[in-house]
Amino acid sequence: MDTVVKPQYNDGVIKAFALASIVFLVLGTIFGTYAASELAWPFLNFDIAEITFGRLRVIHTNAVIYAFGANVLMATGFYIVQRTSGRPLFSNALAWVQFVALQAGLLLAVISLALGMLQGKEYHELEWPLDLAVALVWVMFTFNFVMTIAMRDKEKVPHIYVANWFFLGMMIMITYLWVVNGLSVPVSLFRSYSMFGGVQDAMIQWWWGHNAVGFFLTAGFLGIMYYFVPKQAQRPIYSYRLSVVHFWALMFGYVWLGSHHLQYTALPDWVGSLGAVISLAMIIPSWGGALNGMLTLSGAWDRLRTDYILRFLIMSLAFYAMSTFEGPVMSAKTVNALSHYTDWTVGHVHSGALGWVAMVSIGAVYHMTMKLWKTEMYSMSLINFHFWLATIGTVFYIVGMWVSGIMQGLMWRAYDEYGTLAYTFAESVSAMHPYYAMRAVGGALFTLGAIIMLYNMVMTIRMAGSRQAAVAHA
Amino acid sequence: MAADKPKNIQEWLERNVFALMLGTALMVSIAGIVEIVPLFYLTDTYEHTRTDEAGKLVSPELVWDRGDKRLFYKDESGNWASDWKAGDGVRPFTPLELAGKDIYLREGCLYCHSQMIRPFRDERERYGHYSLATESMYDHPFQWGSKRTGPDLARVGGKYSNEWHTMHLLRPQALVPETVMPAYPWLAENSIENDFFGTKRDMKVRLSVMKLMGIPYTDADIAMADDAIKGYTEMDAIVAYMQALGTMVKLDDSKAYRE
Repeated sequence: MDTVVKPQYNDGVIKAFALASIVFLVLGTIFGTYAASELAWPFLNFDIAEITFGRLRVIHTNAVIYAFGANVLMATGFYIVQRTSGRPLFSNALAWVQFVALQAGLLLAVISLALGMLQGKEYHELEWPLDLAVALVWVMFTFNFVMTIAMRDKEKVPHIYVANWFFLGMMIMITYLWVVNGLSVPVSLFRSYSMFGGVQDAMIQWWWGHNAVGFFLTAGFLGIMYYFVPKQAQRPIYSYRLSVVHFWALMFGYVWLGSHHLQYTALPDWVGSLGAVISLAMIIPSWGGALNGMLTLSGAWDRLRTDYILRFLIMSLAFYAMSTFEGPVMSAKTVNALSHYTDWTVGHVHSGALGWVAMVSIGAVYHMTMKLWKTEMYSMSLINFHFWLATIGTVFYIVGMWVSGIMQGLMWRAYDEYGTLAYTFAESVSAMHPYYAMRAVGGALFTLGAIIMLYNMVMTIRMAGSRQAAVAHA
Repeated sequence: MAADKPKNIQEWLERNVFALMLGTALMVSIAGIVEIVPLFYLTDTYEHTRTDEAGKLVSPELVWDRGDKRLFYKDESGNWASDWKAGDGVRPFTPLELAGKDIYLREGCLYCHSQMIRPFRDERERYGHYSLATESMYDHPFQWGSKRTGPDLARVGGKYSNEWHTMHLLRPQALVPETVMPAYPWLAENSIENDFFGTKRDMKVRLSVMKLMGIPYTDADIAMADDAIKGYTEMDAIVAYMQALGTMVKLDDSKAYRE
């Protein structure tokens, strides 16, 4: 028998990131549900500046993207890179510094956003001191990750596993985007002005905005998919070739799409059209990637009946396929003319964010919890319950936003028999009420699922802890 | 098994993390170079720099020809006045308007109100002439927005009185029963001279930074900048900002400003 020594992995810091991610999933979805409720029942703003919709929405987006998302990516990134490189992290100490810096930064971020320190650029609101801090944490993550791969034993592990490519792609592009879009001149500790103005600022903002989705929320989470789907299904990925094509097509193609956010605006027409054309073409690699994940299960579909974690992973791929079809449709000019500025966009973002990003993360975190704490989950049936809450919540949310978005678009452009506008803007607002309430319910269901997950995780960790204590005593 | 030579570029990249990173960095740069860089030098990015076949500017009148004229000054009776009149062309924001934009950013107005009218018949009737790029060329950051939970504000300037805006911000539902907009009562109580944690809102620094980024403020403007917001509330400032939106250019319906 081989006497293979299993490498010692640095799992402590991964446990911390994983737990933090689910705490922030709960907080982020609570903020989101409350913000959604403010649009349904505006009295909930209570004239309190810190929680008015304009600020709470930003706290919500930052909490789910940079608190939940970043913690998940760092937990899974460090988990995957060690296991696929067959060695511990380049620096465990640096990873802990990164963990503490991230959580401290997030706390300051929430406070600063509640106070209204907003740069005025969507998904890039943090003012310059925190903006720099985020960049620093990101560089730490990238450096540690890259060095772990670089220092692997190249005899034993000659190839870099596909999940890591996606992580690397994300790290490079996000650094690039964050720096360029964040270029601004400070006028005080709490305010800076973008270095770009007008059309250029608009294009750079949406080059950033769409690729925050394309690289942070897609490429990174595809890295998660490429590791955890095969692991959970206990089968190799369906096609290596397809993953090569998926990777390079994504790296090349995604970056063009930002301009489809600016169709019919004052941005020169050629830029928006270019973005729309490449958006359509992106269906192919996106679906290739989704199929690559799903077909990994071929011959083992029956597992979905019993493996609730696998359900999360496969459902996330279904939502990924759905929203990467919806996106190109919405970028087509005739559709965009109707959908732009409406709730449809919000629904589209959430079919990606709840259905794809959150679900694939949830599946990965459940999987990691059992491996890291070397135990079964406290309750499998609670995972099943969570699965249904998350799925139904997401469906409620996006159906509500489809109806309200398309209705808004149609009401705004409707003419009566005399050739005058059929509806005032205020009429369109009041028509949205039932759908805004429906969205709040969908969000609440999703949040409830997240709370159950946190409970299940904490109980699992306690169970593992007491079992280890018992073993130690014996 | 590591001894075998890589068979193709992909295999080589897969074995060398730094080469893989370099390859990826090149791949992701292409789109930005094609889509963004030209916007900085093509003359038809902004309408006022567009030229016809003879090389003549098509719409130079869109930008205020300032000359020796004053953007803002104190008249004999001690009121703030300007040599600029609505329709004279795009001009920089006055210090009070710029301070008002600070408040607009702070309250996250952007997330529910766009400032970008598209060239459709219904938008024209609802909001006015489609927005030109030139109109937001001095906007750092731009505020075109992406969502209309509330109506577009690109041409809201002059549509309602200052009193209407003030009442609406204090209690939106009192004027528009259907609205889901929050109330902003603190705007009327806070002095615009104060920034976060009671620090001074330094308009001189703000105008200097804007000037640095190419917005044509004069040294005289900068010298008077702090005086120009004295005695006003945050409410006055944000209303002044909104009243300026869309009033700068006079647009000719028969003219095609862009292709």
